[in-house]
Amino acid sequence: MKNQSLKFLQKSKKHLLETWMSNQMEDQALREDLMSNDELRNQSDELLTALLKTLNSDNIDNTQSKDFEQVSGILSDISVSRARHGFSPRETAQFVLSLKQALTQTLEKEYTDDPKVLLDSYIAINKLIDSLNIITFETFIKGREEVIIRQTDEMNEISTPVIRVWEGVVALPIIGTLDSMRTQIVMENLLQEIVNTGSTIAILDISGVPAVDSLVAQHLLKTVSATRLMGAECIISGIRPEIAQTIVHLGIDLSHIKTKASLASALKLAFSMLNVEVKRVEKNRQNNG
Amino acid sequence: MIVMTKESLQILKEQDVILFRNRVKEFATKIGMSLLNQTKLITAASELVRNMLKYANGGVVILEIIGKDRVTGIRLTFTDKGPGIADIRLAMKDGYSTGKSLGLGLPGAKRLVNEFDIKSEVGKGTTVTIIRWKNGI
Ligand SMILES: Nc1ncnc2c1ncn2[C@@H]1O[C@H](COP(=O)(O)OP(=O)(O)OP(=O)(O)O)[C@@H](O)[C@H]1O
Ligand SMILES: [Mg+2]
Repeated sequence: MKNQSLKFLQKSKKHLLETWMSNQMEDQALREDLMSNDELRNQSDELLTALLKTLNSDNIDNTQSKDFEQVSGILSDISVSRARHGFSPRETAQFVLSLKQALTQTLEKEYTDDPKVLLDSYIAINKLIDSLNIITFETFIKGREEVIIRQTDEMNEISTPVIRVWEGVVALPIIGTLDSMRTQIVMENLLQEIVNTGSTIAILDISGVPAVDSLVAQHLLKTVSATRLMGAECIISGIRPEIAQTIVHLGIDLSHIKTKASLASALKLAFSMLNVEVKRVEKNRQNNG
Repeated sequence: MIVMTKESLQILKEQDVILFRNRVKEFATKIGMSLLNQTKLITAASELVRNMLKYANGGVVILEIIGKDRVTGIRLTFTDKGPGIADIRLAMKDGYSTGKSLGLGLPGAKRLVNEFDIKSEVGKGTTVTIIRWKNGI
């Protein structure tokens, strides 16, 4: 792109901003609920100013160069913040794409009589905006991933409730995959609850764990040891038939741990360990006395 | 042997493991594998993919639905460019671990599938291939 047309663009900043803004306003999908017009104008102004200041005929081909650090930075911030605020990919892409329109429209008006300059500038601007668009996309997705990771963390926190099922007995149903991080949370919650309630028996129910591989097994074993160190006994329940067979083939030894097929049978075992008896009482007698 | 479906997945971080396991489950469900065999396959796959992450910083898994003599099955190929294994016979022993772990991953995975093949070159990487037939024991 020739210096001459670049200079012209730099001079027309005000006009460019207005054209770009009105292009963005035209877009039906504009999300006023997510961002005010003033905010949009500030973002657009900031990016355009930085871009026009950066551009020269040498670097326009190479957005990877150091010159573009500021522009990339601003663009990345905008995309990430849009991802966090729930903008769609389309809305986010539209932001940069409508700038392309504004640039070409402005050049078109100036160089109607000079098709050679016009074509030359067109090609350069297309290339430029395409690479800016790639930056937008990459960072938008990064922003979404951050959101997902944050949600996963939140889910980890809330998905390990410790339930007090009886005086002296706590139960912890584990649902989903037990990775290292979750195990840590599970273990902490369980040990804390044992202290809080003064329980002597903890039931770890794994009905909701899809597969027990050696890592999960190791996590379970660690939890059992930690529980014992607290002076409580641990029962693992909810071992489904296919899990039992898999554990055996894998070669994991759980023989020194109390295991039960169901939560109900684990509770029964807990009662007998506490010398508690649960009896069915006949209705008549109950009414009378 | 014919390949009916083929797909590859990159494993670079812990989160990829869950995604990968779900994909294996989808493949196994698609061919009507029993719950027991599914669980065995997924557990073996889980071991191998964890080794890949732990010892080789990740790698690629190829998932395939294959057919042979009118029997269908799932073949998984784990390839990494990690340090490789110097003594495969030792690594396949129950309880052998350089990672302060149970040392059951490789031998356990072998017991959980119908076919197991491991190739490794020190400094180059490791490739493990497993097959679980739909109705294999
Ligand atoms: N992909 C690999 N690349 C390099 N070395 C490996 C790889 N897979 C396994 N090994 C080596 O083989 C050993 C045995 O592996 P195996 O999976 O049986 O046990 P582990 O991973 O140490 O423990 P576990 O799987 O029971 O938690 C490992 O300790 C490691 O030294
Ligand atoms: Mg292992």
